[in-house]
Amino acid sequence: MTLMPISSIDRRRFLIAGGAAALGLLAARPGLALSQADARALIGRVMGDVQRIINSGQPEAAMLREFEALFSRFGDVPTIARSALGPPARNASPAQLAAFTEAFRGYLARKYGRQFRRFAGASAQVTGARQIQRHWEVITTMTMRGEPPFEVRWHVSDMSGRNLFFNLIIEGVNLLAVERQEIGAMLERRRGNLDPMIQDLRRAG
Amino acid sequence: MAQVFRLRLLLPVLAALVLASGCHPRPAGVEVHDPFETTNRAWFEANLALEQALLPVAPDRAERAEDPPPPRPLRTALRRVAANLSTPRWVVNDLLQARPDRGIENALRFAINTTVGLGGLFNPAGAMGLSGRPNDFGATLHAWGVNEGAYKVLPVFGPSTERDAAGMVVDSLLDPLDFALNRTERTATFALRQAGRVAERIEYDDILGPMVLESADPYAQARLLYLQNRRHFLGEPSEEEFIDPYADLFD
Repeated sequence: MTLMPISSIDRRRFLIAGGAAALGLLAARPGLALSQADARALIGRVMGDVQRIINSGQPEAAMLREFEALFSRFGDVPTIARSALGPPARNASPAQLAAFTEAFRGYLARKYGRQFRRFAGASAQVTGARQIQRHWEVITTMTMRGEPPFEVRWHVSDMSGRNLFFNLIIEGVNLLAVERQEIGAMLERRRGNLDPMIQDLRRAG
Repeated sequence: MAQVFRLRLLLPVLAALVLASGCHPRPAGVEVHDPFETTNRAWFEANLALEQALLPVAPDRAERAEDPPPPRPLRTALRRVAANLSTPRWVVNDLLQARPDRGIENALRFAINTTVGLGGLFNPAGAMGLSGRPNDFGATLHAWGVNEGAYKVLPVFGPSTERDAAGMVVDSLLDPLDFALNRTERTATFALRQAGRVAERIEYDDILGPMVLESADPYAQARLLYLQNRRHFLGEPSEEEFIDPYADLFD
């Protein structure tokens, strides 16, 4: 399996978008304005912050608040949230979407912030980067003495207007894929009603 | 005598398993191939019930401590000993996959941790940079081009695939350690390995809790996590799983 089939579809879409931009129909947003160096630098800062938080020795609640701030600052949370919600996002009111995004932000920080804690004391570094379609994948490795290295891949884009990450792959586990499934199951449990699901989400993670 | 019998048994069993493992091939482009979902869900529930009964793990997070428990020396020792006992299997599979570099690393690790590390209780090889590269016959089947097959939840052993389940059986028949040990020793190593699995399960409880057990559909989450993590371990390219959340903006 190579990148070809995906990227050829994407290229077509991209050309359409590029043509539209040239005609002034879209705000000028050149593809891959984000350089590899920028993407690596962004994730280097994120990893630095993650390490600072997990090694700070503060209580869990304070740590999770810091993770939430980190997700807000370096992650494109509205896009992640919208993608996790999937098609129901189209029928949601702006107020519902905003409430969902806020609940999702806290949920992400609780669920994934906790997982990073086991890497207290580990050394972390950016070990590579590659282009996938119009985005960058930055590869980071966490190493604890005597243990096999642990890999987290960050997907980074400037499509939101800022350089932000929009997905992470933890040892092969794709956060967006996991959350699409989980949010879908939570919505199903509430028979498709968004508001009670948002209430559930505030307590989950 | 028993060992000669085992060897003679091995080839036909192996051949049968390789054939059987390709019974319900996963079609290209299908990420989750689960034609036995009803049976799988039943086993999944049974395994969870067994786990609740056996493991000293609080069922919900509120009952757990605010902070994760410190690495418990006994747990770490059990995990290390169990990993050390599995290392000869890793080497066999390294060789079957024509990966001599990994085979040498694992063999060295086994030699050092078994002797200086007192049977794997300590991990001096890890401190020397030989962190060990787990391997199994499921991965060998993958290297040989066998299809992943259907997703399977095995009794007691949990999430697997047809290919990995076949691999597990072959691994237990092909273990070089078994040929060096007598029956009592084999029973002891089996018990130690199971204890290591329990220790491993407790060690990762802080991940399994929020990611699986407390999720809206634990079965579906466990399935996705197993398949994605396993494919990553096997080194399968992840491009087909790439999600572009910005693509919708152009639709």
